[in-house]
Amino acid sequence: MKTRFPLCAAMIAGVLSAAAPAQAVEQVTPPQLKWSFAGPFGKYDPAQLQRGFKIYREVCSVCHSLSLLSFRNLADPGGPGFTEAQASQIASEYKIKDIDDKGADIERPGRLADRFPSPFPNELAAKATHGVAPPDMSTLAKARTYSRGFPWFVFDFFTQYQEHGPDYIAAYLQGYKDPPKGFTMPASGHYNEYFPGHVTAMPPPLEKDRVTYDDGSPQTVEQYAKDVAAFLMWAAEPHMVQRKRIGFQVILFLIVLSGLLYFTKKKVWHEVEAPRELAHGQDPSKTSI
Amino acid sequence: MSGHAIYQPQNKFMQWLEKRLPIGGLIHSSFVAYPTPRNLNYWWTFGGILSFMLGVQIVTGIVLAMHYTAHVDMAFNSVEAIMRDVNYGWLLRYLHAYGASMFFLAVYIHMFRGLYYGSYKEPREVLWILGVIIYLLMMATGFMGYVLVWGQMSFWAATVITNLFSAIPGVGDALVTWLWGGYAVGNPTLNRFFSLHYLLPFVIAGVVVLHVWALHVAGQNNPAGIEPKSDKDTVPFTPYATIKDGFFMAVFCILFAWFVFYIPGYLLNGDNFIPANPAVTPSEIVPEWYYLPFYAILRSIPNKLLGVCALFGSIGILAFLPWLDTSPVRSARYRPLYRQFFWLFVIVCVGLGYFGSKPPEGIYVILSRIFTIYYFAFFLIILPLLGIFEKTRPLPNSISESVLGAKA
Repeated sequence: MKTRFPLCAAMIAGVLSAAAPAQAVEQVTPPQLKWSFAGPFGKYDPAQLQRGFKIYREVCSVCHSLSLLSFRNLADPGGPGFTEAQASQIASEYKIKDIDDKGADIERPGRLADRFPSPFPNELAAKATHGVAPPDMSTLAKARTYSRGFPWFVFDFFTQYQEHGPDYIAAYLQGYKDPPKGFTMPASGHYNEYFPGHVTAMPPPLEKDRVTYDDGSPQTVEQYAKDVAAFLMWAAEPHMVQRKRIGFQVILFLIVLSGLLYFTKKKVWHEVEAPRELAHGQDPSKTSI
Repeated sequence: MSGHAIYQPQNKFMQWLEKRLPIGGLIHSSFVAYPTPRNLNYWWTFGGILSFMLGVQIVTGIVLAMHYTAHVDMAFNSVEAIMRDVNYGWLLRYLHAYGASMFFLAVYIHMFRGLYYGSYKEPREVLWILGVIIYLLMMATGFMGYVLVWGQMSFWAATVITNLFSAIPGVGDALVTWLWGGYAVGNPTLNRFFSLHYLLPFVIAGVVVLHVWALHVAGQNNPAGIEPKSDKDTVPFTPYATIKDGFFMAVFCILFAWFVFYIPGYLLNGDNFIPANPAVTPSEIVPEWYYLPFYAILRSIPNKLLGVCALFGSIGILAFLPWLDTSPVRSARYRPLYRQFFWLFVIVCVGLGYFGSKPPEGIYVILSRIFTIYYFAFFLIILPLLGIFEKTRPLPNSISESVLGAKA
């Protein structure tokens, strides 16, 4: 009966090797970039988020909504690090549709409590303009990911790789290319190396020097792509810094608690274990704590 | 069974209460003096862990329900509002989402432990069947909870799973319309799922009480698979089992915290961060990891009705396990052949889980068929025959002997 195990191992190995090429066709794996917010002590880089916000504001927001975020979020701890006054100033530069106290439609300057206004009144209007409704960006960095496949997902558990979304978005924004020979492009659409299926509705949104950076960062597509991907990660997971900080405390506490409980357990079980230890030739007085 | 202390309250109030409602004595006999076999290993700590996880789910769930809106237009955004605007809402939500995964992880370990050590055998058949009922309720609860998020995967999982009932000949379509409360998955569906998702955990808690009751009547099984014969074979639940369970629960929580605080994206499907859209089907509809083996079984059969039968059969068959396993020996320790088939069964279940996550094409279909055949053969052919043909190893005379060796 011992031979059963190698047989199984061979079967499983066969399955896995067959799995690899099937996935490669589906989607090109985006390169893994270095992110300030990766790992157990990761934090968003406020300067990068501010640059990313500038790109969102000047480029993305023409077509994409960010409907789940409010202006006040810009001043939240662990985020882009705007002061409340700065966030107020930014809000006031937006026009918000509202009604006055007589019920008439008005437009007023934005306030901290307002959500970011959407470029289209509804999804149908967006669809009518663009053919496909541009997705809301609030959760985009968690919605756009890619499959890591076996065995990588096993390693990811230990390495805490969680940056699938920003890696994909940064790669996608730089992934516009001429279609390879023999690739039939539909009438509308753009070839993108990283988009699943390669035909994306969005034209290349970024070009060199399109957005002016005030902090001297390079005004390249590569830098833009990274900055806006980081901004979108924050938009999708605004409490990540707090989460990781509390997580460190919780896990440290649990390790200490487990250790204490382990030694308590050993102490409690000592009398019960002693006959077994004697039977196995150990000295219970030496195994006690 | 053991001569452990009987509850005699010192406190005047407790003496007064005990004469009227002997709850102190009940707790004492169930969780303090209750004799547990001295040879239980750490696989036996998962019962306590499961009770703890049920508590975590109920507590986080009740608070989440205070902030959740069960309406198709608002559900997704209310979950996002919990993540963004509710104080520590992200913590509650991730605890609840990963709590479900940890709950299932623990229940699978608990079930495989029962399978390995023959914990379902006489006199523990009812205990085992109650466990199968809890597991079924957990699956229903977990599925409906997943739908509440009302993302793309929520919506399409609800559509696919409820559509399974349409395979029933004659009444199928009418039944599905009744389940939906309409002609498609919609607001009535979401509302009733929320209602049931809130109800079922308390039903689970009720069946858990029966499960623990049945356990305390039959007593715990143990790695040797033989009944305790004397006081030397058992130790009182408190402090021995309490401290051991407590220690391993803390270790288990480290894993739980690792998911919640560091890798919350690990098991969550990206498509579920897109609001539900009945007009757009995701490229792949995949259930949560804990349903994947059954999903693979469902898809391995080309006929829909037979596939659905296999799906429910694969869970229902567990209830008959006490009678399908004909061997008088409980523990796999003394069943050399069964042990091999058991580990192969574990590999098959994990394998089916992997295939369930893959598109149903090519090699995956063939392998899931082979694995599905083994899954059923394990229960219907291997277990009944092993009891007849397997030559088991001699059992120890007592639990003490199994711990100390024959010379003690």
